[in-house]
Amino acid sequence: MTTTAPVIRRRMDPVYLWIIIPTLALFTLAITLPTVMGLFMSFTNSIGFGTWEFIGLNNYVAIFQDPAILQSYAFTFGFAIVTVLAVNVLAFLLALGLTARIRALTALRAIFVLPMVISGIVIAYVFNFLFSNSLPALGTALGIPWLSTSVLVNPDLAWVAIVIVTTWSAIPGTLLIYIAGLVTVPREVYEAADIDGATPLRRLTHITLPLVAGYVAINMILGVKNFLNAYEIIVGLTDGGPGTSTRSIAMTIFTGFSGGDYAFQMANAAIFFLIVVAITLVQLRFTQRGEKA
Amino acid sequence: MIRHERTSWSATVLLSVAALSVLVPLYVTVTMALKTNQQAVDGNAFSLPWPLSWDNFAEAWTLTNFPRALGVSVFITVLAVVGNVLLSSLFAFALARNWERRWVRLAFYYVLAALFVPFPVVALPQVQLTGNLGLDNPVGVVALHIAFGLSFNTLLFTAFLRSVPAELEESARLDGATTMQTFWRLVFPLLAPMSATVAIFSFLGSWNDFMMPSLIIADPSLQTVPVVQKIFQTQFSSNYNISFASYLMAMAPAILAYVFTQRWVIAGVTQGAIK
Repeated sequence: MTTTAPVIRRRMDPVYLWIIIPTLALFTLAITLPTVMGLFMSFTNSIGFGTWEFIGLNNYVAIFQDPAILQSYAFTFGFAIVTVLAVNVLAFLLALGLTARIRALTALRAIFVLPMVISGIVIAYVFNFLFSNSLPALGTALGIPWLSTSVLVNPDLAWVAIVIVTTWSAIPGTLLIYIAGLVTVPREVYEAADIDGATPLRRLTHITLPLVAGYVAINMILGVKNFLNAYEIIVGLTDGGPGTSTRSIAMTIFTGFSGGDYAFQMANAAIFFLIVVAITLVQLRFTQRGEKA
Repeated sequence: MIRHERTSWSATVLLSVAALSVLVPLYVTVTMALKTNQQAVDGNAFSLPWPLSWDNFAEAWTLTNFPRALGVSVFITVLAVVGNVLLSSLFAFALARNWERRWVRLAFYYVLAALFVPFPVVALPQVQLTGNLGLDNPVGVVALHIAFGLSFNTLLFTAFLRSVPAELEESARLDGATTMQTFWRLVFPLLAPMSATVAIFSFLGSWNDFMMPSLIIADPSLQTVPVVQKIFQTQFSSNYNISFASYLMAMAPAILAYVFTQRWVIAGVTQGAIK
């Protein structure tokens, strides 16, 4: 018996309405209204308060000519791509290890998942100290010039520090998805491969990876989506510096409060929104395919 | 016998070494938190603290007004967890039991659409809106945490509820139970594993959130534990030992909770993640 119950139009119990209507009202007020307000304001010259008038697409045109905006997009996308690769390679290797026959499995798994419960800003402050005090001390002792000063004030290297800390903090979620994927691979497949004399590397590339390809895709897309929102770890490490070299899209949008270019940043947010929508559509396509399989 | 039935010592050793990358920053946090100011400024993060300076915690406690920040964090987290679990499960129940109605399905897809909206996109208008409504405070953050959680949580709950046969509830109805009684006695207990997943995600999201409280809460004295750590970057930037004592106090509640519940946390997160 599935949900194709006989269509007898009964009156809806009012209690359902008492649940649905207020929930939709809260949701509309908290999410829909601000989204529409923001899109609307992006076509004006508002500075966040006072009077404003429509200026059409001027903000959107200006976005594409603003070097600071373009730089924040280049930085954020570059950062997201490098980080998603780093996170997925490391999480996949860890998942392989954590689904092998190892000792102290529970303890090791608990340790690798631990960063999930730690606040991003707080761990960024901890790493901030390591990058700006401990690492230079080590660099000086070893006589390595580029390591003798803080990487966080080095415009060429500050982004690496952000990748490292974001990776540290993002591995657990990705790892758990890979573990869930790897345990679905039937034992017999490996046993058959062993009998055929497959090397471990061939087993990985010809059996494991194809069988968990769906999980790889989901992790990649979820990761890119998350990392495009990069904010607090950057605040805790470089605060967008040195200069504006590590300023993310989110940080740029938030300058709309103080910078007097509220409407301009709403246009920026609208463009960012469209990009995230495109990525989410791809994600839904993958998820639905995964459900059918 | 087959090769991978034996313990893989190489994997065990490699993973143990890799585990240091997680443990070393935490080791540094603990040792730094116990150092005197002289020990802390020498840049050697890995030395053991001696003598132990327990006063750091007292000082961090007063500098951040820790009891107050903790109170705000607990307030936001508890209300957001309870609100997320109750509102999303009730909402999903109401949707799933009226699925044959077109407008109900539309309401579901309407709420689901918020999965497309990242917080930075709506942050500025939300700050204006909460300010105008007098919600630029922890209550406003709770409301936003619940509203943002609604899409994903409803998706989780409805998927489960639509697989529960309606006959089960019909029999309760025949015994004279109202819709709400059926929900509390029959449906909500069935949802327990999903509720646990929702509660864990909601706890982690609210407890560790920085972006939303820092933008929405206007009064600095009503800020959460992660946000008040900012003072060690601005006002007290050279008091490393005290700042680390404060970081440790900020991390400790979630780590302690995790140590005792990690089995369920991992199971719950896995369940939510593969959905």
